[in-house]
This record gives sequence, C-alpha cells and structure tokens, in this order.
Amino acid sequence: MLRKSSLLVAMAAMIMAGGTAVAADWKPERPVEFVVASGAGGGTDNFARTVQKAIAAHKLMDQSIAVLNKGGGSGAEAFIYAKTNAGNPHKLIFGTNNVYLLPHVTKLGYTTADLTPVAAMALDEFLIWVNAKSDYKDAKSFIDAAKANPGKIKVAGSQSKDTDQTLVSLIQQVTGAKFTYVPFNGGGAVNVQLVGGHVDANVNNPSENIEQWKAGALRPLCVFAPKTLEAGPKIHDGKGWSDIPTCKSAGIAIDSYEMPRTIWLPAGVPEGAVAYYRELFKKVSETPEWKDYVQRTSQSGQFLTGAAFDDFRKTDEANATKVFVAEGWAIK
Amino acid sequence: MENFASLMHGFSLALTSYHVMLMIVGVMLGLLVGVLPGLGAPNGVSLLLPLTFSMDPASAIILLASMYWGALFGGSTTSILFNIPGEPSSVATTFDGHPMARKGEATRALTLAFMSAGFGALIGVVLITFLSSWAARFALRFSAPEYFGVYFLAFAAFIGMGSASPFKTIVSMMLGFALGAVGMDSVTGSLRLTFGFDQLLPGISFLVAVIGLFGIGELLVTMEEGLAFNSVATRVSPREVGRTILEWPRYWVALLRSSAVGCWMGITPGGPTAASFMSYGLAQRWSRRPEEFGEGRPEGVVSPETADHAAGTCAMLPMLALGVPSSATAAVMMGGLMIWGLNPGPMLFTEQHDFVWALIASMYLGNVVAVVLVLMTVPLFAAILRIPFAIIGPIIVAVCFIGAYSVNSNAFDFWLVLVFGVVGYLFKKLDYPLAPLVLAMVLGDKAEDAFRQAMIMSQGDLTVFWSNPLAATIMTAGLLLLFMPLVSFGVRRVRRLSVKS
Repeated sequence: MLRKSSLLVAMAAMIMAGGTAVAADWKPERPVEFVVASGAGGGTDNFARTVQKAIAAHKLMDQSIAVLNKGGGSGAEAFIYAKTNAGNPHKLIFGTNNVYLLPHVTKLGYTTADLTPVAAMALDEFLIWVNAKSDYKDAKSFIDAAKANPGKIKVAGSQSKDTDQTLVSLIQQVTGAKFTYVPFNGGGAVNVQLVGGHVDANVNNPSENIEQWKAGALRPLCVFAPKTLEAGPKIHDGKGWSDIPTCKSAGIAIDSYEMPRTIWLPAGVPEGAVAYYRELFKKVSETPEWKDYVQRTSQSGQFLTGAAFDDFRKTDEANATKVFVAEGWAIK
Repeated sequence: MENFASLMHGFSLALTSYHVMLMIVGVMLGLLVGVLPGLGAPNGVSLLLPLTFSMDPASAIILLASMYWGALFGGSTTSILFNIPGEPSSVATTFDGHPMARKGEATRALTLAFMSAGFGALIGVVLITFLSSWAARFALRFSAPEYFGVYFLAFAAFIGMGSASPFKTIVSMMLGFALGAVGMDSVTGSLRLTFGFDQLLPGISFLVAVIGLFGIGELLVTMEEGLAFNSVATRVSPREVGRTILEWPRYWVALLRSSAVGCWMGITPGGPTAASFMSYGLAQRWSRRPEEFGEGRPEGVVSPETADHAAGTCAMLPMLALGVPSSATAAVMMGGLMIWGLNPGPMLFTEQHDFVWALIASMYLGNVVAVVLVLMTVPLFAAILRIPFAIIGPIIVAVCFIGAYSVNSNAFDFWLVLVFGVVGYLFKKLDYPLAPLVLAMVLGDKAEDAFRQAMIMSQGDLTVFWSNPLAATIMTAGLLLLFMPLVSFGVRRVRRLSVKS
C-alpha cells in the first residue's frame, strides 16, 4: 500500500517534471539530512522543520528526512560540515545570509565556494521595536533622541556582527545617530530585555515579537521593507502589519533590509541533484503548510533560485560588506 | 482560585486513556534516552518532534513533556550506578550517588533519587499552577547584571567547600573556565582557543567532557583496582525500595531547601544544571557533617535531584509565558509549539487556554506516572551491578562513545572523550577535584557573557551590579556565601586566641 502510493507520487512527479528532463534524472537514493545552521528552536530550525513537515504531509520525496542541528559558531559549524561532505547530494544545509556573510567577519575554515546555492524560500523582515511604555511614538522621535544623547540609547540584538548589529550600524551610518549595541543570545532573550525595560529598542523579525506586540508590551516604529507589509489580521489596538510605516518614509534612508531563508548543497554535487531539489522546494513553497508558515511569521514568501538568487546574494553581500569595512569588522 | 478551576478543566482534558497512554510511552522513551549518556532529553525530544506534526498540539506536548520527565529520571540512574551522568544536570548526583552504589546501597540511592526528583517536580508544577503570572513578571526583571548575580551566587554556593586543597580546586576551576571559553565568543564574534581546528568551533560540549571525565575516567580507575565494581552484595529487593520510601521523609529540610533553589533557578534562567550544583553546595555547607559528603551521604543525592527536577519543571514557565526557554529541552519544545501553530508568549495563556492547562495538568499526572514507573525499575537497574565487570565494562565503554557521538554527531568527539578520560583518571590519581572544573565549564561561559553584557550596558561601570535592589540582593548574598567560610574560620581563630590568653 505504502509502496504503491509512493510510486504514484513518483510518477506524478515525473509527469510534472516532464518538460525538464534533467530534473527527473536524479533522485535521492538514501535518507536525506537537513543540516540546520542554528540550535533547536531557532528561526532557521523552524524554517527547516516546516519544510520537512510540508514534504512529509504531501509525500513530495520518497526518502525519509533527518534534521540535524549544527548551530555552533553562529552556524559556521553547519557550513564546515558541508565542506567536509563535498559532493554528497544527501546533505542539505539550511541557513540565512550568514552562509555568505560569516566568512567576511570571522576567519573560518570554509568559504562560500564550498557550498552550492539551491534556493531562497522567504525573506524575513526587520523592524524597529520599542517598549510600549516609552515615549517614542515614531521612528523620527527615536532617532532624534539617539542623536541628542549619543551612546545612551541601548539596542539589543542576537549576536555580535550578525544581521542585527549590521542593521544597527547601517542606521547609525545613514542617520548619524549613535547607539550602544548589546549582543544577547537569540531573539527570545533580546525580547525579554526590551519588554523588561532593560534596553531601549531592538530590531527583531516580526515573528519574534508578534506575541509581545499583541500583548501590548512592545510597539513597532517602522519596517525596513521597500513597501508596507501585507495586511493580515489586526494585532493590537486596531493595528496590523500594514499599518507600520516603512523606515524610508519615516526618514531613515534604508530602502530595504531583509534576511533570506536559504538552502544549500555541498560543493561538487551533480547538476541533476541541484535541479531535483529546486523542483522539490518549489513544490514545497506552494503547499498550504508553507503558506501558513510564511503568513504566520509575516515573512515575504519569495522563491528565488538560479540567477535571481545569485543576484540577490551579490547585492546583499556587497551592501553588508560595505558596513563591515566601515565598522572595521572585515577580515583581511 | 481561578487557576484552580482552570487546572480542574485541564485535568478533564488530560485524563483520557489516550493521553495517559502517551504519558507512559513518553516516560518510557525518556527513560531510555536519559539512561544513554549523551543522547539526553534535548536530542530525544528533537528526534521525536517530527512524529508529533500530525498530532493535536495538546497530545503532542503531553508526549514530549512526558519524555522530558522520563529523561530527567533516567539521567540519574547511570550517575548513581556507573558514575556516568546521563544528563548534564545529574552530574551533582554522582558525587554521593555513586559512592552509595559502591557501598552496596544502589537500591537505596536510586529510590531516594527518584522520590526526591518526583517531589521537586511536584513543587515546580504547583508553582506554575498558582504563581504563573507573578513568576513570569518576575523573570522580566532580569537583565545582564542580575544574570551575572545568579551565576555568581551558584558559584559562591558551591565554592569554598570540599576536602581538596584550595589550590587544587583553583587549578581545576581555571581549567574549566578555559575549556568553557573554547569556540566562538558571542560578545565579539571572534574565535577563541580553537588553534585552527574547525571541529572546536562550536566549543567543547559539556556532555562530551563529562562522559570522558566521569565515565571513562572511572572505568580506568576500576580496571586498575582489579576489574570489579566494589559493589559488595547489592541488595536487590522490592522490600528495600519500600523501606527507603519510609525513610525518605526524614530529609524534609533538604527537600524543601532544594525545591526552593530549584524553582528559583528555573524561573531566573539559571537552568537545572546550575540548580543541582548550587543545591548540593548548600546541602554540604549546612550539613552537620560536611566532611562526609562525597562518601555517600543520602542528602548528597536528595538535594541535587530535587533541585534538578524543580528547575526542570519551572523552566517550562518562562518558555510558555515569555517565549524564552531556560533549558535546552525547553528550546526544542518551543520550536515544536511554533510548528504546531502556537506562539509561545504572554498571550498563550489566554488564547490557548485549553492547551496550557492540559499541559499543566499533564505535568502532575506525567510525574506521578514517571515516579511509579521508575520505582518499578529500581530492582532491575540495581541488578545490573551484579553482572561481572568483564561483560558490563565493555558495554559501558561502547555506551560512552555512542553517547558522546550522539551529542553533536561529530566524530572528533571520540578523541575528546579519550582525552578527557585520561584527564579524569589523572585527576583522580592526583586527588584533584572534578566538580569545580565541571561547574566552571557549565557556568563560566554564561557568567562571562552576562558580565560583559552588563559592562556594555553600563559603559564599564561596576556599580551596575548594585544599581537596583534585585541585583544588589543577589550579589550581596553571593559575596556573603563566598566569604562565609573565611569569616567563620577567622571567628574561630579569634575565639581560640582569646581562650588561650
């Protein structure tokens, strides 16, 4: 019974992939490992496990999946693991832009060339959040306060030299304000610090703060996206995601700052394997499980592969590198 | 009272035959992963997570939480029998639990450990039931200075005691700090003490070190001493279990004190490991015969076990109410909540009323199920010690290595286990204490992070640790505990001098 249904799925997949003959050439022969570049329970972990859930629910792959967390060294552990598994098409690495940004700031045992890009499945947004009890009602008053008291405004972030600190540095560069950045471990701890009033702001992703916003403990000031977010349900005090102004319109000259949720293979894998997984994740991105995840975490569900992913990566890398150089983090 | 009504509602949801079956399955699986050192609760729960995707969230969390309780219990078993902590939080149980087993009191030690663990968990659940909103608000008052204070307090409670020479203690502790510092530094993002080894990037896993230091080190010593466990005539009878249960209430002081320590450390994310060490330290300090600790004092088993489980249970509260997990297992479960479509946070209690209270009710039931099940296994486990060493020894070695590998699925850890095994052996031979090393390794890294975060926040002003009543109280208590042995020593000296003159 089981075998029959998986045969049917395989046939359906073949028919669907009829035009692109390359994709049907390669199929995983062994259980596939999802290597997650974060600890269990982190944002990247949820991303990988949602993909796993969608694949299982719709039987999109014959082989089973094992999730492996390798979050050491801000995720570098997973990328080094990819390097030691060069040419193995049964290891998929789940990360963010840390895959290609980490080697710029820390001397590590891998380079981006040790991984093959497969796809970016979503873009996570960043917002400026303050405590609901604070006087900052909009981004302008917040930036003005930081300018008036240089270094007195404390902004908490996940790690050192990560996407959070890069964004804070970018804000400093474009506005001339000066903050004190405090690295706490992970979005959850960062949140408690802000709700408890120990720091003045954070730049968390929507999913990290939605519950505290709903409870009326935090207030979003602006979002670093080219346009306002999709509406969705109202969250607090009659306001929803679409009511948050973009930071650009609020006077912070940053067009967009987004973090991709990316999937990679080790270097040197067969061309057919890359094509197979692209096809697979494309299908995942169309499942209700995935759409529900994207909507619930208020990310932008953009599926990028091939040239589009490469272009995104190059722009992202170039922008971040500018900040690294300006801050003196870039390694020679 | 409102909470009480909610709890009753929770019981009506949790007390179905399906859920009770899930609890039994969960506890059994948990026992299994807890007994295998290294596999542990976080790994076990994350292995089980994919199976729960198709379940209803309340049933899924009941299964995972029961597995957590089971693993906490299982971890103590190997600590007592073989000196191999199955979980980081059961390291402190080895100090007196294993000597008891060597004296032929394995059954007594196991029974005491399980009863105390069940008691600690129960106190933890009662706290969650009635003080959840207060405790969640209290946890919000903690920032970097307070965290540092909590770690400092745990250190201070454990230090300044023990029979080893103070210099050996310092050497051991410094080595622990150095080992804890290996890997990426989260405050600056740079690498420390990795010497160009990519494998050291994630740091040295505490569990791998412990498996080597305790497990392999102990085996080496045993081999040298003539290939036999000195477990003279381990009594293996259910009657012994019954007798110990009757004896158990005698340790009520240790039980209450350790529950308080455990609950405190569970809510202020200090975690179960710190709680068990601190509780052991306090038990020894306030004991009338501190010199007997480490030789097999029952309080040395009761105290860390109670605190461990009280903290492990209370660690669920910050996760549910704030979305901040204070233990590795809670982090995995939180990931599970999000995948099931629930968002942990302040709104969870109102929006997912049924889910939360079914979980809390299942904590009561799950722990009762767990205690009953583990007590039934005591004679079975104690009987293992009767197997000849020639058979059990190689099995332990295999279990140690499998356990070490399963922590990170990293083959490099095999070498680390061997190195730590030799270190553990040398420590024992040269009479260096292992406990300070372990404690420094667990807490050193976290304490350092908290200290540096506090320094960034205050721009280098040390008075930040006394800047509010909460931080000041914790720090002062820590300092008092730290200097108490010195002060009492001084007082004794002065008294003796005045008597002489």
